[in-house]
Amino acid sequence: MPTDPDQLLLQMTASIVDGEPEDAERLAREALTLGLDPLDALNRGFVPGLDDVGRRFGTGELFLPDLVRAGAAMKLASQILEAELLRRGAVRRSAGVVVLGTVKGDIHDIGKNLVGTLLTANGFTVHDLGVDVPYETFAHKAVDVQADLVGVSALLTTTMVGQAKVIEALDKAGLRTRVKVLVGGAPVTREWAGQIGADGYSEDAGGAVVVAKQLLAGVAV
Amino acid sequence: MPTLELLAPPLLERVLGEAFQLLETPGVKVQSETARALLAEAGARVAGEVAHIPEQLARAALATVPREFRLFDADGQPRVRYGGEAVHFDPGSAAVHVLDPETGEHRTAVTADLVRLVQVAEGLPQFDAQSTALVCADVPAEIADLYRLYLVLRHSRKPIVTGAFAVPTLALMGELLAVVDGGGESGRPRAIFDVCPSPPLNWSHFAAENLIALARAGLPAEIVSMPLAGATAPATLAGAVVQHAAECLSGITLHQLARPGAAIVWGGAPAIFDMRHGTTPYGAMETALIDAAYAQVGQHLGLPTHTYLCASDSKTLDAQAGLESGITALVGALAGINMISGAGMLDYLACQSAEKLVVDAEAIAMARRLLGGIQPRGETLAVELFASLGHSGEFLGARHTRQWFRVEQHLPSGVVDRASLRAWSEGGRPDTLARARTRVAELLDAYERPPLPEPVEAELTRLTLRAAQQAGLAQLPAVN
Repeated sequence: MPTDPDQLLLQMTASIVDGEPEDAERLAREALTLGLDPLDALNRGFVPGLDDVGRRFGTGELFLPDLVRAGAAMKLASQILEAELLRRGAVRRSAGVVVLGTVKGDIHDIGKNLVGTLLTANGFTVHDLGVDVPYETFAHKAVDVQADLVGVSALLTTTMVGQAKVIEALDKAGLRTRVKVLVGGAPVTREWAGQIGADGYSEDAGGAVVVAKQLLAGVAV
Repeated sequence: MPTLELLAPPLLERVLGEAFQLLETPGVKVQSETARALLAEAGARVAGEVAHIPEQLARAALATVPREFRLFDADGQPRVRYGGEAVHFDPGSAAVHVLDPETGEHRTAVTADLVRLVQVAEGLPQFDAQSTALVCADVPAEIADLYRLYLVLRHSRKPIVTGAFAVPTLALMGELLAVVDGGGESGRPRAIFDVCPSPPLNWSHFAAENLIALARAGLPAEIVSMPLAGATAPATLAGAVVQHAAECLSGITLHQLARPGAAIVWGGAPAIFDMRHGTTPYGAMETALIDAAYAQVGQHLGLPTHTYLCASDSKTLDAQAGLESGITALVGALAGINMISGAGMLDYLACQSAEKLVVDAEAIAMARRLLGGIQPRGETLAVELFASLGHSGEFLGARHTRQWFRVEQHLPSGVVDRASLRAWSEGGRPDTLARARTRVAELLDAYERPPLPEPVEAELTRLTLRAAQQAGLAQLPAVN
């Protein structure tokens, strides 16, 4: 087991770049055993790896499978380290808190997962509710985690009406003034997003990050 | 490997049988006295300029032709295999015009255009060889052939498909190659020389002497027989294939008499003749059919093969350019032709375009991927993977996916638009030409001139400058 913290940080970065979730998990635990600051482990160990993958994805050098595996590795490492942070009462600075899910009746998750991975890679804190998520659950979770943004995915013309119902549920919970809503999915268009009163829309995962950043910066999109 | 065989065995035998008949009657015109003497000495009956070549003489020559040989790069590594099932592509050769990427004009090519084209081709892995793709009008015609070889040698590491325009410059080109240790005596030839008979059944004085000189210099030769079906050859495709075979067989006979065992390729650039416009369409399917059929004849004889495909007759980088180049590249690849020249070309092989070259590279990549076929990967095809994933559907994040997707999928350059509508719109709605320009700029940015030892570079320049000065040009054009 390496005891040199710098060496450990390099290995953390590599575990994300190589997309090895088991390695990332093991290294996160080692960091805690060795008494490393969890915030340091995240920001100087794992996050640079995700940044690197995101950058190289952007330049076309890496591809979706690389991104997804890096995201999976990052998720495991950050679960462990954030649990420790929470125990210590520390808070990690985030680009924004996002609640994400595929709407009730719909079990497609590839697009939604990519959005989650890219948002995480860009410094957002993502709470992924998974698929077939009841409308109210989006609202409950948004209250629990004090979300800045709710992302609702729908891949079927029959389920995209559910995006409107999620917005209603957020309305009912009194969240609509402080929580932005981002919608996406194959049948979703800019017109539909406008029609149901969503704040933002993107056709693909890369665009979702751009729109999320704009929305939280107060830019109308 | 998927293959295309157009000629059923009985038809193939008929083609060869008639080709051998043509060698005897009407025979082949040979306009070089030296060449006629070689043929006569070996048993051909010579009457006037016509040599009547008996089948057994041609068969004897076929027996001494190497079934395969290689071309080497600047580091002496074998990069091109002529023979067997190898399929290579190189940019089309000896265009006189270049398609100006800014104005769309077909303008006379100069030094900078050839250098730019070589730089672009150098970074494209689809091209295993360079060609001396443009004839530069800023040097005297007398040295145009060796000058383009000089430029390519200075800017590329790849093997080169070239050709001489006259016997004296051929000797100089051999000297240039010897300077970079890729000459005939090195055993590691860097270049191959195209030699063109004149259809029908005619070896001009230069072409015949060229064959003899190449054989004796140990420089590989590539016969580029170009019957034009309906104009300088039978309009029937099978008839044109017979003429092609007769022209190649006669060339090989002469070549092997000059030096048995010298390397030579069964190649060509035939075309049909367009009966409305009097043009020679290289993007026509019938042209590709002639090519695939003659290549099959060459393969049947156990010879290395070459052809001209992946070119278009369009005048601009449009849908016609894409469909003609792409479809014919695929035919050539399926026919298993060792060297397919023509990429980048427009307007009946008169015009070269770096922007078209990067588009054609994607067509070539598709053709190569087709040749790769479908292979079993791993112990089971899918069962093991499902054992670990079940119904989760998490293929995108599976280690298996990451392990195989780069092998299974050709990942195209930005020339091929696979972006979402949003990304494409935000990128300025680039069309093919715009994407090709971007790709060309990327390749030019990434290009680094291969380092040549200073004495080698100086000697190349000295030999070329000396030839230029003899042709009345005081100084070589500046190369940026």
